[in-house]
Amino acid sequence: MSALAVEAEGLVKTFGSTQALDGIDLQIPQGTVLGLLGPNGAGKTTAVRILSTLLRPDAGWARVAGMDVLTDPHGVRGKIGLSGQYAAVDANLTGFENLYMISRLYGMPRSRARARARALITRFRLDEAAERTAKTYSGGMRRRLDLAGALVANPQVVMLDEPTTGLDPRGRLDTWEVISELVADGAGVLLTTQYLEEADQLADTIAVIDRGRVIARGTSDQLKAQVGGERLEMVLDHAADLPEVAVVLAEIGSGQPTLDAQSRRISIVVDGGAKSLIEALRRLDLQSIPVQDVGLHRPTLDDVFLKLTGHAAESGATP
Amino acid sequence: MTAVATSVLRDSSIITWRNLLNIRRIPDLLLGATVQPIMFVLLFAYVFAGSLGGAAYREFLIGGIFAQTVAFNAAFTTMGLANDLHKGIIDRFRSLPISRLAVILGRTTSDLAVNAITLVVMSLTGLLVGWRIHSGFASAAAGYLMLLLFAFAMSWVGALVGLLCRTVEVAQSAGLIWLFPLTFISSAFVPTGNMPGVLKVAAEWNPVTAVADASRELFANTVPATFPPPGGWPGEHSVLYAVLSSVAIIAVFAPLTVVRYRRVARR
Repeated sequence: MSALAVEAEGLVKTFGSTQALDGIDLQIPQGTVLGLLGPNGAGKTTAVRILSTLLRPDAGWARVAGMDVLTDPHGVRGKIGLSGQYAAVDANLTGFENLYMISRLYGMPRSRARARARALITRFRLDEAAERTAKTYSGGMRRRLDLAGALVANPQVVMLDEPTTGLDPRGRLDTWEVISELVADGAGVLLTTQYLEEADQLADTIAVIDRGRVIARGTSDQLKAQVGGERLEMVLDHAADLPEVAVVLAEIGSGQPTLDAQSRRISIVVDGGAKSLIEALRRLDLQSIPVQDVGLHRPTLDDVFLKLTGHAAESGATP
Repeated sequence: MTAVATSVLRDSSIITWRNLLNIRRIPDLLLGATVQPIMFVLLFAYVFAGSLGGAAYREFLIGGIFAQTVAFNAAFTTMGLANDLHKGIIDRFRSLPISRLAVILGRTTSDLAVNAITLVVMSLTGLLVGWRIHSGFASAAAGYLMLLLFAFAMSWVGALVGLLCRTVEVAQSAGLIWLFPLTFISSAFVPTGNMPGVLKVAAEWNPVTAVADASRELFANTVPATFPPPGGWPGEHSVLYAVLSSVAIIAVFAPLTVVRYRRVARR
């Protein structure tokens, strides 16, 4: 009927006196990644748990792979793959046994389950560790195994709750690669993350959530545009020049420049891009003010978050 | 309907396989289910028997310890589920298209295997301290089957306790606490006839009493001459009451446990 992998409207969930979700709408077209971006406690995990049928919303509805999570949770479960925040692997089973068990629970007969488990072991580069119990695995290997478990049944919709939290850079890159492959295969992916960089890298669209509400949505570019244009940033030779430079930059850019005497750094939002940069350098040159470093920076999602919520994204985030 | 039943059995047998594999990899898990009952037999058989009827008491005792031990194995189910819950494995299972019943049935089934192991160890220890089976093969087999049925029933109670506990630490103590009054206010160690008023009635209707008395009856064990005979209706029909109460426990706790399983939400 529709090409939407996930469609949700007005999801509300309250735990005691905590409003975890306060009316969330989401749409994920097949073959795309929606990044659900927000700090700890924003409601990301609750959203994933509702969409994966682990939790019932207090209000609102959701369809996943075309099936209603409230009236047909069993049907939804057959079409999704979930990888939670904690790698849900059985530490006393080998990597192979873990995947074999899940394959069997998806209804595959023994021989097919064995073949599927072996294929996933190879795809996730766990061949050498396949016959070792999962408790001997590194954090990254466990995550890969958990992710493999989510993909056993070639799910139409994959939900990944902070798939890279706690991984080293190498493990993170590995995971990113897998997610890109999934999308190439046509799956719809819901990805929660507190890493702005991750959402920027992987997500086709981003929904920024804070305190149970979606406070902004769009592509990474659209969100960055919300913060305003590019930032012109300079580092001067002498802190004493800062006031003079501030006057010049205020004429070129919009708003007031921000300056930091200690690092001799000054920056301002500009609309003209490279033109503004050249203009600024020309005027400073005329006044013989030496500049050590200069650059144009597109705003990061960090800037977006700060602008939208008034607090930094990483607050309360686990390292 | 039959298709549903087949898939429940299939899925739960896979979970059973996984649980048994866990026990095989970590045999220490069996310590509580084997060493602890051996210790109980030896303590009661030699500390109490002297005052309570010597060799006759030792034979009386084993039926009681059978009942007590399989009841205590409910804590094994509690811990197993609490651990799975804590590690997020239950979340994984709940996101799969399998019956809600399968995960718990798989657990109570694998714990039935643990109970079978416990009963073998207990019987051997019993033989060491002078316990004997004086009845025929059919009667003895009925005795063991009855004990396994009761063990299975208690396992469902343990499952509910495990799903109610918020942390593994809570499960560790909550899983055991209720078992002490349950097994001690019974004829497991002393006859109910000498207990005061209310306690006596509670003990007479306690399924543990019925299971202890029924196993004594089915194994045709001796009872010290000074002990009053089992009282009340359950005392006169201990085998029947043991079976009926086990079935009733399953009928009540299986649905409660499945309802609870649907709701467990580890945020």
